[in-house]
Amino acid sequence: MSAALLQYLFSGLTSGAIYALAGLGFAIIYNASHVINFAQGEFIMIGGMASATMVAAGVPMPLAIVLALLIAMAVGVILEKFAIEPARNADVVTIIIITIGASIFLRGAAQIIWDKEFHSLPAFSGENPIAVLGATLMPQSLWVVGVAGVVIVALWWFFNRTMFGKAMLATSHNRLAAQLVGVGVKKVLLASFALSALLGAVGGVVVTPITFTNYEAGIMLGLKGFSAAVLGGLGNGTGAIVGGLIVGIVEALASGYLSSAYKDAIAFIIILFVLFFMPNGLFGKRGTDRV
Amino acid sequence: MATLLEISGLTSHYGRIQAVKGIDVTVQEGELVALVGANGAGKTTLLRCISGVQPVTSGSVKFAGEDITRMSPEGRVALGISQSPEGRQVFGPMSVEDNLRLGAYRRSGAAAIKADMDRIYEMFPILHKKRDLPAGTLSGGQQQMLAIGRALMARPRVLLLDEPSMGLAPLLVAEIFRTIVTLKEAGTTIFLVEQNANAALAIADRGYVLETGSVVLTDQGQALLANEKVKEAYLGL
Ligand SMILES: Nc1ncnc2c1ncn2[C@@H]1O[C@H](COP(=O)(O)OP(=O)(O)OP(=O)(O)O)[C@@H](O)[C@H]1O
Ligand SMILES: [Mg+2]
Repeated sequence: MSAALLQYLFSGLTSGAIYALAGLGFAIIYNASHVINFAQGEFIMIGGMASATMVAAGVPMPLAIVLALLIAMAVGVILEKFAIEPARNADVVTIIIITIGASIFLRGAAQIIWDKEFHSLPAFSGENPIAVLGATLMPQSLWVVGVAGVVIVALWWFFNRTMFGKAMLATSHNRLAAQLVGVGVKKVLLASFALSALLGAVGGVVVTPITFTNYEAGIMLGLKGFSAAVLGGLGNGTGAIVGGLIVGIVEALASGYLSSAYKDAIAFIIILFVLFFMPNGLFGKRGTDRV
Repeated sequence: MATLLEISGLTSHYGRIQAVKGIDVTVQEGELVALVGANGAGKTTLLRCISGVQPVTSGSVKFAGEDITRMSPEGRVALGISQSPEGRQVFGPMSVEDNLRLGAYRRSGAAAIKADMDRIYEMFPILHKKRDLPAGTLSGGQQQMLAIGRALMARPRVLLLDEPSMGLAPLLVAEIFRTIVTLKEAGTTIFLVEQNANAALAIADRGYVLETGSVVLTDQGQALLANEKVKEAYLGL
């Protein structure tokens, strides 16, 4: 394997891990409500901006990170309570438009609360690159991939081993039946926003030392998470993870071998390709029993 | 006998269409009450109102004397109202065991839940055999058993059954009805909705006949079976 190829793969896997987390965020909200939450990218931005600005203000990094995650979750809960919940009888398209409005609002708020500048966090374990077969790997990339891996395992445990996780899954499979066994669907919806916000913010925190962040950073990251979710099959967890890694790697290869001008176009091309040629994505084959 | 379920003047709409038009129904503790009626009579709508998953326009639903007309569906399950819905509605990709376990979602006490699950497996041994398989892979009859088992896992004070015999082969229909009789004999209060009026009225203490959203007849189960009008309209005699 050429060193260049290895270098692109490292970079693709790093961004791919973030897209996978964002894609999972889309999947979780989609499963709970059939809504595509276009404010998902803003959760990533809030995680990055809140932690970076707090660290810059002197808050110890671990505390700043925890606070940033809590802030993002609170924003997710508030978004659900005050923008989604009141419109729950509206059709899905209306609710999706509400999420687009919310994303614009959150970007505006971020600009006012923070600023328009780029912010960064110090890398968690220093900046000394690790040499691997002629390519270099930043320690922060290992953090990104490792944290994403831990989060994915924790999510698996939550959905397969806890009653509330199973209830969330059950709601996605059959909302009526879930209500009839006593699952509070409102609580599930609220939890899905909190969880998606947490996933996005975790991604935002770990990637900020590499990519920096600003109030607009969520637009592209959200879009790429969306393309990951669509590629994997909307609502499919495994699909979102695989989709995220594919988007990340294809993007890295395209910008490496073609031109970095194409980097951001890849996500669009993937979305269009999937919509035209495989509307159910790689793993999606969800039937008709979903309301 | 105490009145467990008391429905008074209940109406419900889908948009402008009135599907339930002022229904009065009561179910006493320990009773097996059947509600029969043709396609589109409003049977499912009534059950959905009782479980709280369908808005009530006017009238009331009382459970054990308490007005629950505006209570959330999950609150009603916690009170002891459990439904096996029309079309079974199992959680297809989840295992049979997870489906049953979710039936006890509002309960606590792992040991009691486990004991109840064993009881259901005893009642339906095939579910035990297939406990690790996705519920969607079961046959129609097995899914019906699972739907009833899941509803029983809530330890209901009243069990609502919506067309448990729908789409099943005659042998399976007989098995499902035998199960219902066994449950009744064990003391479970049951409100059974059926298009299969013959079989339902034969095992019911009392019955109601529903026509386009209104109760047109009510009597003892056996009396309804013998009623000329019922025979003509529902029993195909
Ligand atoms: N989701 C819905 N939207 C609009 N109308 C509905 C809906 N569900 C039922 N209806 C109408 O309400 C009326 C009562 O329907 P319901 O399903 O309660 O009847 P049912 O007695 O359960 O019939 P079946 O024996 O076929 O199950 C019917 O006229 C039906 O067309
Ligand atoms: Mg019906």
